[in-house]
Amino acid sequence: MRSRKWRGAIYSLIVVILAWWALSALLARPIVPSPYDVLLNIIATFSTKMSTHVLYSLGRIMAGILLAALVGVPLGFLMGYFPRLDKLLSPLVYFTYPIPKLALLPVVMLLFGLGEVSKLIMIVLIVVFQVVITSRDAVKSIPAETFHSLQALGASKTQTFTEIILPASLPEVLTAIRLALGTAVSILFFTETFGTEYGMGYFIMDAWMRVNYLDMYGGIVVLSFMGFCIFSAIDAAETHLCAWR
Amino acid sequence: MIKVSNLSVWYQAINESVLALDRVSLDIPRGEIITLIGPSGSGKSTFLYVLAGIQKKYAGIVTIDGRPINPKTQRVGMILQNYGLLPWKNVRDNALLGVKIKNGQQDLNDYGHYILQQLDIDTLLDRYPKELSGGQRQRVAIARAFIMKPDLLLMDEPFSALDAITREEMQALFLNIWKQHSVTTVFVTHSVDEALYLGSKIVVFSSSPGRVLEIIDNPCFQMENLRLQDEYHSMSMRLRKILIKD
Repeated sequence: MRSRKWRGAIYSLIVVILAWWALSALLARPIVPSPYDVLLNIIATFSTKMSTHVLYSLGRIMAGILLAALVGVPLGFLMGYFPRLDKLLSPLVYFTYPIPKLALLPVVMLLFGLGEVSKLIMIVLIVVFQVVITSRDAVKSIPAETFHSLQALGASKTQTFTEIILPASLPEVLTAIRLALGTAVSILFFTETFGTEYGMGYFIMDAWMRVNYLDMYGGIVVLSFMGFCIFSAIDAAETHLCAWR
Repeated sequence: MIKVSNLSVWYQAINESVLALDRVSLDIPRGEIITLIGPSGSGKSTFLYVLAGIQKKYAGIVTIDGRPINPKTQRVGMILQNYGLLPWKNVRDNALLGVKIKNGQQDLNDYGHYILQQLDIDTLLDRYPKELSGGQRQRVAIARAFIMKPDLLLMDEPFSALDAITREEMQALFLNIWKQHSVTTVFVTHSVDEALYLGSKIVVFSSSPGRVLEIIDNPCFQMENLRLQDEYHSMSMRLRKILIKD
């Protein structure tokens, strides 16, 4: 199963590289360099030019996800467990969820400045809604019978939480984070084009401005690979923590 | 001793409240096993939920050894039709759940291993419920209940999801382990055969709202080769007649 999964990843990588190669050979212009040149450039410049930017982006995205989980999961659990709270907060969530978060970027920047805080807030705003709604629904979908054995045992609220609510909803929460991750990476890119000199977003835009296409494509490849690594890490966490599935 | 007098329970449906149990009175002496039989919707499960402390809204008086119901202080083992196992816990952790919550015990002791051995599931400790057959899951649920040394055992049609052969095996196995511990047990069933095989007393419930139609001392209880005896057939007839008349 495991090796098959990796084989799939390698096949799709080969297909993408071949298509890219064909396109660059067909156009034969510097705007689409060959993947081979880009790879050589990454190898040559990664430790000197790119690594700091990767670390910045990685740090922002991890902090954003962590913060969104810290806010979203407890809130979602509370809403799922206490119907009254759900009735109160759900309309608020539904009302604010569809707002395109990118539209809030100027507001967030005005309020929190151009620095790290507003970047973090943007990522949290993207991820947190999905986490809240999924956590809430995960708790709601636990059948009443599952609670009965524990109720008959006289379990406390904390015990009900650790024995049932957390393990039952963990897979869904991880899925929500994984789904939100894609959007979060693209938002990260966008926020990093403003008010910073670090991060993959800055690196790619800077390379573009300098008409250094090799660097630009290198940045895009590294950013995608970073996303792939985070996806894989969440996958691995799910396999490890939710073996019972 | 469990004393139930004039127990009534209403359920809140969408526009009306529905009477599920109607003035049920019943005494269950310590160390006895009684079976509750009745058509579906007769409030048998509701009765168990009241004893378990899950159903908290009711009228009437229910006491266990003279005290009102409190799941925190009493030790109630519950075995449900859908096994009530937690899918994210393996056999070891599921079996431990009762003692973990009651005593904070973190690992199986000799007694736990002994029970698991008796139920023949001591080799499956690391498996998850999805990797077990229905019969094995039910054994884990039984192990969990007995390991916590309950004062009261509540069983809600525990064997009805099993195939006929496994069901009779499980009934015999359960009765065998029950005899060694003599836990006060309330066993809900819709099978006349099961009621006769497992109950020292049989309480017949009417269809909705649930009332006690009759309480019968069961002469067949603990009889050898029960299903081949004349008493079994005459009792079986008698029970069926009460159920049909209702």
